[in-house]
Amino acid sequence: MLIFADILSSTILFAVPLLLVALGGMFSERSGIINIALEGIMIIGALLSCLFLRAMDQIGWGAAHPQLAVFCAILVAALSGAVFSMLLAFASVHLKANQTIGGTALNMLAPAFAIVLTWAIQGQGQTTIAIPKWVRITSEASQEVFFNRLIFKSLYLTTPIAIVLLVASVIILYKTRLGLRLRACGEHPQAADSVGINVYKMRYIGVFISGMLGGIGGLAFTVASGSGFQSQVAGYGFLALAVMIFGNWKPLNILGASLFFAFFKILGSYSSAIPFLPDFEGIKSSEYIYLMLPYVVTMIVLVLTSRKSRAPKAEGIPYDKGSR
Amino acid sequence: MSDYVIEMLGITKEFPGIKANDNVTLKLKRGEIHALLGENGAGKSTLMSVLFGLYQPESGVIRKNGQEVRIHDPNDATALGIGMVHQHFKLVEVFTVLDNIILGAEDTHMGFLKKDAARKKVLALSEKYGMRVDPDALIEDISVGMQQRVEILKMLYRDNEILILDEPTAVLTPQEIDELMDIMRSFAAEGKSILFITHKLNEIMAVADRCTVLRKGRCVGTVDIASTTKEELSRMMVGRDVEFKVEKAPARPGETVLRVEGVTVPSRIHKNNAVSDVSFEVRAGEIVCLAGIEGNGQTEFVSALTGLEKMSGGKITLSGKDISHASIRERSVGGMSHIPEDRHKHGLVLDYTLEENMVLQRYWEMEFQSHGFIRRDKVCAYAERLIKQYDVRSAEGPQTIARSMSGGNQQKAIVARELDKQSNLLVAVQPTRGLDVGAIEYIHKQIVRERDEGKAVLLVSLELDEVMNLSDRILVMYEGRVVGEFDPATTTVQELGLYMAGAKRQDGRAAK
Amino acid sequence: MRKFLQKRGTLSLMGSLVSILAGLLLGFILLLIFNPVHAIGGLEDMLLSGARDMSKLGKVLYTAAPLLMTGLSVGFAFKTGLFNIGASGQYTVGAFFALTVGIQFQLPWYVAILAGMIGGAIWGAIPGIFKAYFNVNEVISAIMFNWIGLFAVNMCINNMPMMLANAWGQVARDRTARLADANPAAALPKLGLDAVFGNYMNIGIFIAVIFAILAWVILSKTTFGYELKACGYNRNASLYAGINDKRNIVLSMAIAGAFAGVGGAIYYLSGTAQFTIIKTLVNMGFNGIPVALLASSHPIGTIFSSLFISYIQVGGESLQPEFAKEIIDIIIAAIIYLSAFALLVQGGIARLLSRKHERAAGKEED
Repeated sequence: MLIFADILSSTILFAVPLLLVALGGMFSERSGIINIALEGIMIIGALLSCLFLRAMDQIGWGAAHPQLAVFCAILVAALSGAVFSMLLAFASVHLKANQTIGGTALNMLAPAFAIVLTWAIQGQGQTTIAIPKWVRITSEASQEVFFNRLIFKSLYLTTPIAIVLLVASVIILYKTRLGLRLRACGEHPQAADSVGINVYKMRYIGVFISGMLGGIGGLAFTVASGSGFQSQVAGYGFLALAVMIFGNWKPLNILGASLFFAFFKILGSYSSAIPFLPDFEGIKSSEYIYLMLPYVVTMIVLVLTSRKSRAPKAEGIPYDKGSR
Repeated sequence: MSDYVIEMLGITKEFPGIKANDNVTLKLKRGEIHALLGENGAGKSTLMSVLFGLYQPESGVIRKNGQEVRIHDPNDATALGIGMVHQHFKLVEVFTVLDNIILGAEDTHMGFLKKDAARKKVLALSEKYGMRVDPDALIEDISVGMQQRVEILKMLYRDNEILILDEPTAVLTPQEIDELMDIMRSFAAEGKSILFITHKLNEIMAVADRCTVLRKGRCVGTVDIASTTKEELSRMMVGRDVEFKVEKAPARPGETVLRVEGVTVPSRIHKNNAVSDVSFEVRAGEIVCLAGIEGNGQTEFVSALTGLEKMSGGKITLSGKDISHASIRERSVGGMSHIPEDRHKHGLVLDYTLEENMVLQRYWEMEFQSHGFIRRDKVCAYAERLIKQYDVRSAEGPQTIARSMSGGNQQKAIVARELDKQSNLLVAVQPTRGLDVGAIEYIHKQIVRERDEGKAVLLVSLELDEVMNLSDRILVMYEGRVVGEFDPATTTVQELGLYMAGAKRQDGRAAK
Repeated sequence: MRKFLQKRGTLSLMGSLVSILAGLLLGFILLLIFNPVHAIGGLEDMLLSGARDMSKLGKVLYTAAPLLMTGLSVGFAFKTGLFNIGASGQYTVGAFFALTVGIQFQLPWYVAILAGMIGGAIWGAIPGIFKAYFNVNEVISAIMFNWIGLFAVNMCINNMPMMLANAWGQVARDRTARLADANPAAALPKLGLDAVFGNYMNIGIFIAVIFAILAWVILSKTTFGYELKACGYNRNASLYAGINDKRNIVLSMAIAGAFAGVGGAIYYLSGTAQFTIIKTLVNMGFNGIPVALLASSHPIGTIFSSLFISYIQVGGESLQPEFAKEIIDIIIAAIIYLSAFALLVQGGIARLLSRKHERAAGKEED
């Protein structure tokens, strides 16, 4: 049974960054901006929050108030991601640039900037920012009990925060004035404009929220990966885009999609421990079959669900107030 | 207090290249229905957009109740009690009726939506004016007429006193138009003032108190309806006398060119069929018109006829050949020309040059290519001939990017291309939509000429005037079926309207 | 002169040049911030070291070849309305096909390049098929197939003992064999160019330029290109014109993939590179995106943009150890971002020119 606790625990750990970033993508696209820059936003959020954690570790404050420090790091990640995402918003809202071009530029900028900055701070060649040990939430309770194992095997503050943010996303999107207006701008910006809604402002807000969630997602990815910050997030920003489409631009579906993907992603690492999974004896390096699995399964699901898939109608189209 | 609730004085609004409004003055009295008449492109919509705050004029003054006001955006307009129903509805399709009505004027508590009071108010309003709507229905699921009610309710919900209606009747049946006019009269009786944009003279005569006429961005004058005539108004609108009737000799139908038998097309939106069991014939030398309200299966039928969409049943024969399952290109080569409904969606590749668009279906013919390479010189020469022959105006001739051309000339380019193909059958869908009177007359003449040269013409149109003027036979479509066949000489617009609205159907047709 | 300036091609070129200058300026500012003492020297390295001696120039041409191919791949797809973010996977699969033919089957280089082309085409066609027949966004499926391609190639190589370096006298098991050991005939010929341009030089860049010209001819001269672009600009109108849009989407992605595949083949058939088995995507595929964007996807322009990017990247390597060479990536990213402004700049110049013209005309009337 404990193995299932391990599997579930890892699934959740890897689903959290996907969930956060895909929710971020959702807010941006619901407002009408395709956010292909999520990868770059994650990197910037992770970079600055990890630098913050490192600084807190050095002055000793972090070890004294670990979760408060992590909470502050999450704020740093959110803020830096949001600020960085404003570059995308400016290019696509005000300059009416092709949204993939702006996003591509930011995806290229972020890792390069991260490397240059970590060099400058940590010294030449030192490109990994280590994550302090105190970041993880630990418990005295026995790890041999299913629920303790499930919850405390690898728990970081980002996980409960992600749950809170998911609930908040649902409420904001469907229950508030902001959400109603945001969705209107992604579907029919002319209609929104005609009833006095500032489409530009709404799109800035949409991208800003996506930057916040993307930044936090970057931190969540880095703590989950366990090897410190290495100026990259292993394509999770792009995967999150896929998860968002898979989740049909709806928060709860996105939750399901990210758990689904994360489950297949970690399945490989446990395949030898699960008796009924095949181990492909005749093939060398069969671990690659399990590594491919999440991508293959996602493709299959996308094919099956593509008929129902419905993107925000006006996404990707710059809104021009003057055009008729 | 001033007599006028709104005065727009000396309004000038320029767009790159054109003066859309040039020193226009319009005064609206309290409680009147004031028509704003003009051709397409005369500047009516621009003027109303200025009043509604969507555009800022270069010069001119707007007064409300004698006080000068500045309207920077629709919020200012709403605050002044001005509301507008746009020609293309501004409704979010995946939202409910209620969400669309409250959008931009939401009641909130700490940012959270409060919809209960809004729902009550909407229901009360729809009760009061007899405009039945389901607040929880999605916009994409309701009819166009119903959508218009939602737009009107949007204004009432905001307690607007000055209501702008931009071409509100274009999408309605004659009976629905009558209902709308009753509603407009009851608004006026309550003291609301209505600005009613149109280019249909009959409607102005029926409902308006006064009328301001625009021509090419300038104000021609304002007249009392009681003391004017249709002819007078049309002269003001066009600047010359207009023929209301298209000159044409009686049809001399020949052999059957198109035979449609039991054509059925599934809908992309709902589970029912968009077109069910449609059968008719079009013979050489006649214009058959498919009339009906928008969204009753005409678009889907034409898609199936031209091969853009697959049909689930039935048979189509063109010049004796079964083309039910032929590809689009086979139909085109087999003698079918198609002036599509939406010139930007289907008719043109806007980022291609005019010459590239002129050979859109023919680039592969031996005349225009050799061994897979396009013969630019031949394409250019061909385009130049069409441009000359059909008087297509553009800045750089064949090299002009289609996007930069005016709507009228884009349409002329399509008409030129389709007529020059020398087909047996011309399928023309709304060939004059959005064009000015000159271009409409020109295209109508071309269509009649095609008929006289012995081609079969299938015209699909929403404009009843066009239907009555051009066609030799009329078929009315309602909910995907042909519900009646008429001779334009012996029927009336009112009669057609009853069939278009589904109130009547011919027995033989219904049984089929 | 004015007419020349108002031409759209000229304006877009000027826009790119302005963006490049601004990007370089930003790079210089970064150098100043991070290490003011070495900033001037760094700028010099960055701008000049690519041309300092012939062997550096050889390195520029060597890196430019695969960049040009992946740039063509992305640009060709862009021209036909598709975003090919899958060049990385296509590049990897192309490299694998080429190396298999060269090492496993001991065939000469031109067969290997052809194999690379086929491998890339297959891997490009897959997202095309998913888009055309299953309505799955090509960006998503291309991302998925980047990873699937990478893992599949890694697994295949691990299961083909002949392919690995340790089968041919080297110790390493995590990379493919050196072509010099396994099959010298599979390495791209150098035609004696290496005597002038140093060890990196081979005919790869010429092959890439030929493909660029080929892409240009296809897109702007043939009926096939006419169809592809029509689909890209307006899928509905191309349907109306009787063009088989689904077939064209698949073909367009297959051609884009073929270009990327050739890129992978050229790079790994150079004789100096060995394919290393790692679990991260190959960056060369993504670097094609800025190459294409800088050239506004024009195939001939791609030749120059790939040379430029390769040039400053080689320059960037000589920035080390005072600076991280990634400063170059920041500069390139800034240039791409600024090219978004290029449209504004272009509009501004055009307006300025026409206003001057009007004023001049007004004076004549006086």
